[in-house]
Amino acid sequence: MAYSDKVLDHYTNPRNVGSLDKNSPEVGTGLVGAPECGDVMKLQIKVNPATNVIEDAKFKTFGCGSAIASSSLATEWVKGKTVDEALQIKNTEIVKELSLPPVKIHCSVLAEDAIRAAIGDWKKKNCQTQEAAPAAVGAAQQA
Amino acid sequence: MSTNAIAENLPAGVRLPIYMDNHATTRPDPRVLEEMLPYFNELFGNAASRNHEFGWVAEQAVEQARERIAKLIGANTKEIIFTSGATESDNLAIKGVAEMYREKGNHIITQATEHKAVLDTCKRLEKYGFRVTYLPVQKDGRIDLDDLKRAMDDKTILVTIMAANNEIGVLQPIREIGALCHERGVLFHTDAVQAIGKVPFNVMHDNVDIASITAHKIYGPKGVGALYVRRKNPRVQLVAQIDGGGHERGMRSGTLNVPGIVGLGKACAIAHEEMAEEGKKMAALRDRLKDAIMGQLDECYINGSVEHRLPNNLNISFAYVEGESLLMGINDVAVSSGSACTSATLEPSYVLKALGAGDDLAHSSIRFGLGRYNTEAEVDYVARRVVDTVSRLRELSPLYEMAKEGIDLTKVQWAAEPTH
Repeated sequence: MAYSDKVLDHYTNPRNVGSLDKNSPEVGTGLVGAPECGDVMKLQIKVNPATNVIEDAKFKTFGCGSAIASSSLATEWVKGKTVDEALQIKNTEIVKELSLPPVKIHCSVLAEDAIRAAIGDWKKKNCQTQEAAPAAVGAAQQA
Repeated sequence: MSTNAIAENLPAGVRLPIYMDNHATTRPDPRVLEEMLPYFNELFGNAASRNHEFGWVAEQAVEQARERIAKLIGANTKEIIFTSGATESDNLAIKGVAEMYREKGNHIITQATEHKAVLDTCKRLEKYGFRVTYLPVQKDGRIDLDDLKRAMDDKTILVTIMAANNEIGVLQPIREIGALCHERGVLFHTDAVQAIGKVPFNVMHDNVDIASITAHKIYGPKGVGALYVRRKNPRVQLVAQIDGGGHERGMRSGTLNVPGIVGLGKACAIAHEEMAEEGKKMAALRDRLKDAIMGQLDECYINGSVEHRLPNNLNISFAYVEGESLLMGINDVAVSSGSACTSATLEPSYVLKALGAGDDLAHSSIRFGLGRYNTEAEVDYVARRVVDTVSRLRELSPLYEMAKEGIDLTKVQWAAEPTH
């Protein structure tokens, strides 16, 4: 299978590899996929609490070259966007940018899921700190 | 380090790309090629042309090849039939026996890590009303002889178990399997493709009744193989799968691929001469590769028995790193992986699954198949590239990070289907 130049570039020079402090209230962490499936992506965002702009993003991926490239690209794209803008990112855009073949489309889907999971985690953390503690406990008990 | 920078720093004697995928196919030996060429050229006759010299010359070359193959495996020349390769040989053996001995019984025994040429043939026979038992393998990749004993019944007509596995190089206990089969009056077929020319294989000593052979795994050409069919104690009969002229004692019709057959014969002659020495050289190279990699990386696991293994095979899982991304990082080395991402069907290796390792280690596996033309310099280079790439990918891996934090990955609830 021939890889596109962009996939090779992201693989050889991945952007934003690393970790943010998952305990920080400004950080949202998404962990998607499963080792049994051969694909696990961890994508983290650091959000400015005043503007909701994603100021930093980091990723780590266990997966093929296309999965690494998709998640690397995802961190590039979310940076500078607001959380709501980042939720608009579609996997099809990743497929187009990286020229992913049909058999690798699921890698882009996982990257989109990772973005959403990270944002979902950040939202959960930030809603909890805004609500009163008893309500949060009640919510946890219902879950 | 970019690929270009690495290429400029190549050690002496190393040319890229390096081929270490000799279980997939092998480079034809120049001596084999030389032997074949005249039969594409002035000696182009059809071996079945009985009435003129063109035919006689071709027939003689075919008979010489038959003898060379027979000699390598301890058989009689009359017991060698030519086919288009091991897939056809496997089909002929299994379907040929099934059809011939159907009145006697309808039960066939095989095992989980067989090549698809055997497994898919068995699946087809199941559609025709045959019963097939697929024996599991133990963690080391070998069958349990007691499982085989228990599986045999009075309707069993065939056991088909490979001599050596193409992914993990593991050797099955074929001598004992054959002895058990003879005791019970059951025919024993073995796909000997990966074993021939690499480890001693003798149809008499190993109690084999039918054996599949191919040329392109032993430095011969693609498109030609053979089937050993025993004639005495017991006499094996097969129903031909290809009709049309009755060639090869009625077992396989079709004009013989004379140049290919000559190549197969020469490859076997070379193997007969050189196998002992080459086996030692392969084992030394393989162990050199293994020690270099495992000496510098932690959490690497060899898949399958180390003791009962082909001398040239190394199959390692690198925890926390996915196979295809590893192949990408060593893209100037030809090897293969059990990862789902490298397969057309996105299924991880069924052979590794059968070992019970778990899909995550199947995804992290690399198969190295060393061969006649690999050198120590190449092995050292490949070891370095593997170690560098695995280290780099572990830095990228969330699983490695979690493991280093002390998290037990088997206890994590993975969100494979995350909610939005």
